[in-house]
Amino acid sequence: MNQALPGSPAIAAVGLRKDYGDRSVLRRLDVLVPWGQTAVLFGTNGAGKTTLLRILAGLSRPDEGNVRIAGQPMRRSGGRARTLVGFVGHQTLLYNDLTCRENLAFYAKLYGVASPQRRIDSVLGQLDLADRADRRVRTLSHGMQKRLSVARAILHEPAVLLLDEPESGLDAGSVASLGALLSAWSASGKTALLTTHSSEIGQAWADHVLTLERGRLTEPMHADHDVADARAESDAERSAR
Amino acid sequence: MRLLSATLAIAWKDVRLELRSRDTIISALVFGLIVVVVFNFGLNRTPGSLAPVAPGLLWVAYAFVGVLAMNRAFARELEQGALDGLLAAPVSRDAVFLGKMLGTLAFMLLIEAVLLPVFAVMLDLPALSPALGLIILLATIGFATVGTFFAAIAAQTRSREILLPVLFFPVIVPVMIAAVEATALALEGGPMLPIWSRWLPLLVVFDALFLVICPWIFGFVFEG
Repeated sequence: MNQALPGSPAIAAVGLRKDYGDRSVLRRLDVLVPWGQTAVLFGTNGAGKTTLLRILAGLSRPDEGNVRIAGQPMRRSGGRARTLVGFVGHQTLLYNDLTCRENLAFYAKLYGVASPQRRIDSVLGQLDLADRADRRVRTLSHGMQKRLSVARAILHEPAVLLLDEPESGLDAGSVASLGALLSAWSASGKTALLTTHSSEIGQAWADHVLTLERGRLTEPMHADHDVADARAESDAERSAR
Repeated sequence: MRLLSATLAIAWKDVRLELRSRDTIISALVFGLIVVVVFNFGLNRTPGSLAPVAPGLLWVAYAFVGVLAMNRAFARELEQGALDGLLAAPVSRDAVFLGKMLGTLAFMLLIEAVLLPVFAVMLDLPALSPALGLIILLATIGFATVGTFFAAIAAQTRSREILLPVLFFPVIVPVMIAAVEATALALEGGPMLPIWSRWLPLLVVFDALFLVICPWIFGFVFEG
């Protein structure tokens, strides 16, 4: 499944600008996240955290700037960049009237997962949902639905995991399990970027802490030459078009 | 191959969801039956008096029922943000559009198949013919294609239930005219030449045109 280009950062977003009407949410924002890191993004309500994650997941188009996931451009890569991303949003992105297994089987087909049944059993076990596999989603508690949402996001073994306030609605045990999953995730060389309002969770899980304020990061987590490289790549891509 | 498998997966998912909840099928069927009954008793009913208006009534009922099915098709995608799940997946927007369209088409054809005999009995329609089946199939493909596109657009707005018919009906006028005229000819049992030479080609051209245009614009509207 992994189609990462060697030598490229896990996430490289350069010069992102996003406006909603006359309100600028992201102002020429640069984000570079290396491999094997869990980056936590803080910010007040309306700071642009969800907008940034949606752009990185390919769900929203920036007004300016480019996104590359593992070197693959989010646009015009024929879906290769999307294959590399797993996304957990505020909503579960699941179908209430399908069972857990049916939901995952559907997404496995969309992502072209090899040996889907084996993989589905594996992620359901990982998220402690094996005994609920054949229950309809609408019969699960909010916390279980959230865990199933994480199972859906990691089903296709993405290289980059994007999570928007993943701890909301989870009990203490589930939060600890999610922390362990993220720890194993970065230990295996993969990357995660998540938003949270909990400074305790953020500090515990983060290899890097980012703060988004008025559409910009207060402190960049990358060296200037990394951004220059990413910007050069982005410019080359634009002129190639 | 990837386009086909993703399209079929999305369509099958919609069919499975509907078979499980049955909310669209039941509400559309009940609505269709009510329309038939209201027309039947609301019009001055003497022997043969309904024949000239029967094709129009049939297609008005089908169009209204279709709007119900189309509205529901995207409402389900919004319940838990599942539309984001589809759009984040590495499948083309064409597959998303065609999958949703095929699901809607399947429901509409099923509902139409159930309503047709009821119409035939209530409105004294003459024997049904294979030509009528072909007219219904082609016109329903046109309905489902245009309707799925506008349902997707309308789903992004707060007033989606109102917006869909407002957008849908003006565009679907050529299909309505062709379907009503061809149905009238088919039910009269007269010469079939005008159906094959004029109305069916019009339906085929409309379907082909919108099966190209709608996925293309859908790709722009939902480009990430």
